[in-house]
Amino acid sequence: MSVIRSLKMNFAIWIKWIIGKKRARIGIYGPPNAGKTTLANRIVKDWSGVETGGISHIPHETRRAMRTDGVVINANGSSVELDIVDTPGMATKIDFREFMAYGLEEEEAKRRAKEATEGVIEAIKWLEDLDGVLLVMDSTEDPYTQVNVTVVGNMEARKLPLLIVANKMDLPKAAPSRIKAAFPQHPIVPISALEGSNIDELYAAIARHFG
Amino acid sequence: MDLISAERLETMSSMEKIRLILSKVKRGNIVVLELGLTPEEEVKLIEMTMTEIRLDEFSGIEIESYPVKNESTFLNKILGKSGIKTRMTVIGPANQLRTVEKDKYQISTKVSVGD
Repeated sequence: MSVIRSLKMNFAIWIKWIIGKKRARIGIYGPPNAGKTTLANRIVKDWSGVETGGISHIPHETRRAMRTDGVVINANGSSVELDIVDTPGMATKIDFREFMAYGLEEEEAKRRAKEATEGVIEAIKWLEDLDGVLLVMDSTEDPYTQVNVTVVGNMEARKLPLLIVANKMDLPKAAPSRIKAAFPQHPIVPISALEGSNIDELYAAIARHFG
Repeated sequence: MDLISAERLETMSSMEKIRLILSKVKRGNIVVLELGLTPEEEVKLIEMTMTEIRLDEFSGIEIESYPVKNESTFLNKILGKSGIKTRMTVIGPANQLRTVEKDKYQISTKVSVGD
């Protein structure tokens, strides 16, 4: 079975090489509030001029995957066309009471919690249909979260390219060295999706890894 | 707290492991797996957990494991076997198990009884 799968993969690579097509479907993953939608908005706006989703300080603002097709990134003389999927935040627990702490009414908090559970399932389902992942981590937080460990493990098991984005570099507590120490086997690009700092280095890395 | 041996886990299918874990955790037990779950089993467990969340009863799980080790050999590649080695994993109800600190070599958790 694995031989057939391997032959299929090689065939796909040959087809891609023959027609010179560099198009990849990339998922933006990470825990809630890591800045996934801020990053998706920045990438899509920089290269196609539109915004994909709303952002908020309340966790699980994105509860449905948002897909933007045909985003062409040119960097370092290389070009790649991406279908970008901004996924809901991955979590192992969702408690509506946590949303109430952000000032939401109980009914609204319960509705958000229900939708958030569906969002996590949707994010997991998307893993099966991607060519690579941008894993967004909050540089001010401990990188050894189970979400990070699980997403990295899945990408390694599926042998899919993974680029770690150390986000929130604009904050004083940011420490991307902790992320580098935790996942030394993967490339890491420190950025601020909010301010756009170092974003050109990220685009170059995207073109290199997914092109 | 239930400590489940590698021997027992090796005889179980992925779905059996996930069902066993969830049924124990939903009853308020902490589960320690001598050999943890594969990355695919971990996402399946998270997915199943999401379907089991009930607003006032069960808010999910706390799961802590070390990153898997990938020890693929030439022979494994020929035989189409995965070289991924799973590692010890702790799973418990989100309202009772809390991770205090975690690094490459140690997981420190706090367990509260009753909620």
